[in-house]
Amino acid sequence: MRKTTLFGSQTEIELAIKQRKQKGFVGQVIFIAATILAVLFLMLLLLSVLDSVFGYMVVRNEIEPSKFVPGTNFTQEFSREDLERVAEEHLSSGILRRVIHEKPISDRSDKDLIHIIDQYIIKPKVLRTWGLWDSVTKQEAIEAFVQENEGAQMVFRSWISPSFITSDQSADPLQAGIRTALLGSLWIILITFLVAFPIGVGAAIYLEEYAQDNRLNRILQLNIFNLSAVPSIIYGLLGLAVFVRAMEPITSGSMLLGFSDNTANGRTILSGGLTLALLVLPIIIINTQEALKAIPDSLRMSAFGVGATKWQTIWYHVLPASIDRILTGTILALSRALGETAPLVVIGASTFISVDPTGIFSKFTTLPIQIYQWSARPQGAYRNIAAAAIVSLLILLLVMNSAAIHMRNKITKKKRLL
Amino acid sequence: MANIRRKPTITSYVPGTILFLFALISIIITIGIAVILIRESYLFFNDPEVDLWGFLTGKQWQPMINKFGILPLLNATFTTSIIAMMLGIPVGLCVAVYLSEYASDKTRAILKPVLEVLAGIPTIVYGYFALTFMTPMLRGIFGEGVVEIYNTASAGLVIGILVLPMIATMAEDAIGSVPKELRLAAYALGGTKLETTFKVIIPAALSGLSATFLLSLSRAIGETMIVALAAGAGPKLTANPFEAAETITGYIVRISGGDVSYNSVDYNSIFALGLVLFVITFTLNLVSRKISQKFHQEYD
Repeated sequence: MRKTTLFGSQTEIELAIKQRKQKGFVGQVIFIAATILAVLFLMLLLLSVLDSVFGYMVVRNEIEPSKFVPGTNFTQEFSREDLERVAEEHLSSGILRRVIHEKPISDRSDKDLIHIIDQYIIKPKVLRTWGLWDSVTKQEAIEAFVQENEGAQMVFRSWISPSFITSDQSADPLQAGIRTALLGSLWIILITFLVAFPIGVGAAIYLEEYAQDNRLNRILQLNIFNLSAVPSIIYGLLGLAVFVRAMEPITSGSMLLGFSDNTANGRTILSGGLTLALLVLPIIIINTQEALKAIPDSLRMSAFGVGATKWQTIWYHVLPASIDRILTGTILALSRALGETAPLVVIGASTFISVDPTGIFSKFTTLPIQIYQWSARPQGAYRNIAAAAIVSLLILLLVMNSAAIHMRNKITKKKRLL
Repeated sequence: MANIRRKPTITSYVPGTILFLFALISIIITIGIAVILIRESYLFFNDPEVDLWGFLTGKQWQPMINKFGILPLLNATFTTSIIAMMLGIPVGLCVAVYLSEYASDKTRAILKPVLEVLAGIPTIVYGYFALTFMTPMLRGIFGEGVVEIYNTASAGLVIGILVLPMIATMAEDAIGSVPKELRLAAYALGGTKLETTFKVIIPAALSGLSATFLLSLSRAIGETMIVALAAGAGPKLTANPFEAAETITGYIVRISGGDVSYNSVDYNSIFALGLVLFVITFTLNLVSRKISQKFHQEYD
């Protein structure tokens, strides 16, 4: 029996339902595809970096190591005696005198000697590099490339290595490392933390615990949200005008020390740290407010109930109860500062320094700036060391974030106990 | 009996006052930004070579020959941002819908951290990705003759990936805060999941979603390192996204990264550009904030 309803005949309805279900299915497929796409982007991002960290490079030496020690291809294969002998016999007299003046050859480590011999005698030059994927799939093309270039040899290299972390900057990508940049980053983060943490937490306590709901406080709150979304490069302009120029006597250290590193001109670790402190301040305030909001009012009430003053309640009860959340939020804010590049470029971080920062009045460079410099160069090998520096930066961030997650887990555990 | 009701002493006001001063610092920062940008911009427009009208309508930005027209820079900024939005909004929205309407708790528990990781990666890494992956890929697809080594399309697409987790997270919040009753009512009327999502939930969450889109647009406009690495150096007025063109932020970074002498027109010009950038992003943020506040009032 065929029934006809308000919505049409039964077959029509069945068809419509089927179509709607099909549409629903297509929709679901699209949503899942978009999500997979997002995950794919993350994978591609990480893989494209990792791909450049390992792989073949083709180098040509100005003088082959086998000339000094038969049967060797690399300076690394030299014995200790060979290293000392080659250094003494084949360095030009001027360089030899300078090297000995710095530290006698017999006192130098093997690594040090290899470095010197490579730099002044062997002079390896990177002709071309390949990523990990190409190294595996295009071996023949690489070998053909080696054949084309006389005297060239292919070497599989991991661009990230202990010596990459501990070496200072160098114009030669084979020698360059990130020690100076890493130390610069850590110094900057320290200043940022010392300035932004107390002010940020203080401001958050005011807004959560003291502030009444009036116009001024609403403006304060709205303003903090706005500040957190101001582009970081604007903070760079602020830092340039205020810390680098207007406060130069303070930030260059000339006021405090009576003298200053003339070349820094206020473009010091202190200026960089203060600029980033302003940048992360709103984030720390917002995160701390969230932490304070999570503390139940009953805690405050019971403290007041036994006669504690407002400040005693905050200092002895609210803060201890929320400190792990506050620290988690702060670490997340600091990891933002650690990866920040634009404001530090704008205030004029150094592009090439190989001297380690010694204090807050030193010139500096940071890891992200180093990555920027290396990425911007067209030569292949710089791309590889940029990738290696990115991996180092990501590992550093991972360590910081694991600490934050660890703390977050501790909170949930503690809550379960309560 | 001792009087246990002590009057508040002066010292009891000290912590509150100090903390208020800390909170006031945020206002000082905003005022500081405004004052500095306006002051230096004033110096810039005071320069005999520069006039405000030429700045706003000029089609050439070439400080060498005293041409200061912002249009090429603004054009590149909007090209990259619009490309970013074209990727970020649909994908981000789909991810948000999937997370809030379709995904099981288990899937969410895996996907949310992935988005957090994506959001936590420094922008300089995205810049590297644009330069070493996206650009070669675009050149592979469209041909090396069509796509330049530096181009706004590559930068824009990667900015889209950058803002994607932000859009997904905020949009999920907006969708999640739509009252459950609306959803259940739609199901009760026989709506499929897709119909409920598009005809009931998204319209209901529209103000929250528009706040999200405005904020991510502001983020895309202010993004610096990706365009500095991938979009190219040298302002150029072009509608072709496969050509190199410098954005406002890219120009500021390039000029300040070099040794620019204080009080030169070049130096002042970056502050004038900074002011334009600040006004655009601050307005977007403010509007976004207002919309989302109104949205929360609707359902609270």
